[in-house]
Amino acid sequence: MSGVFLKDFENFASTATADSPDWLEPIRRTAMDRFARTGFPTARDEEWRFTPLAPIVRRSWRAAAGANEDLTPAQVDPFVFGHPEWCRLVFVNGEHVPGLSFAGSLPDGVIATSLSEVLRNGGDLLQRHFARYARIEENPFTALNTALFRDGGLVHVPAGVDLSLPINLVFLTTREADGTVIHPRNLIVVERNARASVIESYVTLAPGARYWTNPVTEVWTGANTWVEHTRIQRESEAAYHVATTQAEVSRDSHYRSFSMAMGAALARHNLNARLADQYAEALLYGLYITHGEQLVDNHTVLYHDHPNGHSWEVYKGILDGRSRAVFNGKVLVKPEAQKTDAKQTNRNLVLSDFAKVDTKPQLEIFADDVKCTHGATVGQLDEVALFYARSRGLAAEEARRLLTYAFAAEVIEEVALAPVRTELNRLLLERLDEVK
Amino acid sequence: MLEIKDLYASAGTKEILKGISLKVNPGEIHAIMGPNGSGKSTLAQVLAGHPAFEVTRGQVLFEGQNLLDLQPEERAQAGIFLAFQYPVELPGITNAYFLRAAYNEMRKARGQEEVDPMDFLDLLEEKLKVVDWGPEIMQRPVNAGFSGGEKKRNEILQLAVLEPKLAILDETDSGLDIDALRTVAEGVNRLRHPDKAFIIITHYQRLLNYIVPDYVHVLSSGRVVMSGGKDLALELEAKGYEWVDAQAEALAR
Repeated sequence: MSGVFLKDFENFASTATADSPDWLEPIRRTAMDRFARTGFPTARDEEWRFTPLAPIVRRSWRAAAGANEDLTPAQVDPFVFGHPEWCRLVFVNGEHVPGLSFAGSLPDGVIATSLSEVLRNGGDLLQRHFARYARIEENPFTALNTALFRDGGLVHVPAGVDLSLPINLVFLTTREADGTVIHPRNLIVVERNARASVIESYVTLAPGARYWTNPVTEVWTGANTWVEHTRIQRESEAAYHVATTQAEVSRDSHYRSFSMAMGAALARHNLNARLADQYAEALLYGLYITHGEQLVDNHTVLYHDHPNGHSWEVYKGILDGRSRAVFNGKVLVKPEAQKTDAKQTNRNLVLSDFAKVDTKPQLEIFADDVKCTHGATVGQLDEVALFYARSRGLAAEEARRLLTYAFAAEVIEEVALAPVRTELNRLLLERLDEVK
Repeated sequence: MLEIKDLYASAGTKEILKGISLKVNPGEIHAIMGPNGSGKSTLAQVLAGHPAFEVTRGQVLFEGQNLLDLQPEERAQAGIFLAFQYPVELPGITNAYFLRAAYNEMRKARGQEEVDPMDFLDLLEEKLKVVDWGPEIMQRPVNAGFSGGEKKRNEILQLAVLEPKLAILDETDSGLDIDALRTVAEGVNRLRHPDKAFIIITHYQRLLNYIVPDYVHVLSSGRVVMSGGKDLALELEAKGYEWVDAQAEALAR
């Protein structure tokens, strides 16, 4: 199987070098070698036990088509999350389309651009950070992305800058994506004392298209930063989405992630946050809403590498039909990471008798003076709460809808930026109408 | 207004109500007292339509219609309100949203138009005074993180907004300090009206110092064993529920 990608890689390497800086070539080649050796994970691999990769592995995927179609902003706007005045970079079938993007009014020194642009024009920011955090040894999909990525977003917020509006990275697919694989690559760098909000969304204009998105996003934060990273996955329900997000959280920094998964036949998101210095804090929130035969898999890892780290994680899921959810929350506390405070919760609301959840906390604690807790629930709507709502005049169906909404809204409430929260709420209501 | 005739109800295989009869007219306040396990709360929940209880015998008429045929929401829309003994927390739904949704359901049932959020806020301003609250409370999730007293006050606020014909207060006084008790009682007193009736369920006589009932009924083992005027509550307080049990036994023999 990896032979197909190897051939792709050789084709790609021969055409792409003109645009590529020298330092990148060996990184790509090492990554390709790595993937060629390991191939895809199998069901014997503990990390992938519940994730049936056969539909991805068995198919042969063409390289992404790029933005061949002429799309107008009017066609695209309804699929773009958020407000029109937010800075946005739009990628169609993996390729940046300046005509659909919008610079917005960013503070001086802030960069929001495409990787293709950066690769053409140089600059050492990318070189300083690229592939330093999302390691190819840890995940064959990351290796493949590193070898084959063509485009993606680069966000750089210089020291002390307060980004009041979010930066929106939008990855759109069209009918032409059918049968192809896209490897978006993003890098978000927030320097010390800066505040930033970045939204990454994956959305399709072609609901039946079968394609595969394999994104990797690296986030690096300097000391005393505040970063909110929102991720919205609304791929075609026939598509596959296997993603890795790797965040490095520095001293006194606050990294806050909200990850919403609604699309794809199979969606896997690896979210790894490393508390890379003392007094770092990571808050990971997640929401998945599935129906039909969908499978959504969230694997998170919190690396508590230093003392006085704080992590807080809440993932919630609503499952209908024969859909499945997997949640695996790993918390690794190193011996030196004393005074670690980590709490993890996964709650699932199952609306059908045929939906299934595999949830597993995985705490590996090597320090003795720590506070680490976890909890997981899988259940139905609370009968007493339903009665309470009905006793106030709400019809049974309406009461059910309201409580389902409330279950999910509770985690959206944790999103810090109010306009983002409002948009997420709207998306949630739309989705609940689809599911029920 | 409400007529309960020989009502029997069970939870699973356990029979809890064993032949209750009671008549409530508009404008009246009835207190229902009794020891723990006597069936007071079950009666309240059966009237509101709690699905955990099954009515095995008897009849309940509300304004002439058979109440037991109605779904819980239909009973609410018909004008019955139950203030819960343990109000339910609904994290993720603001008080404002929930209350407006409920209010609009009532209006729809009466063939009236729904009100929009702005008009509803105006209406609320008036109602919040009943429980001596500011508007901040409306942006908090329903009962989530509320103290015991706040939850009970929230029930009274809902009562004030929904304006039912018959309000059933299920141990609204339990766990309240004296200030909260007074606020709740004053709220209820402000809502008294010749067209409206109240059933106040309580374990203690204390609340009845503030809300003076027209009738007091004492429940024991799922039956009404005594009925009387407001003085019965005082007598009960003085003599204790052992006295009731003795009377009940005498009645059974």
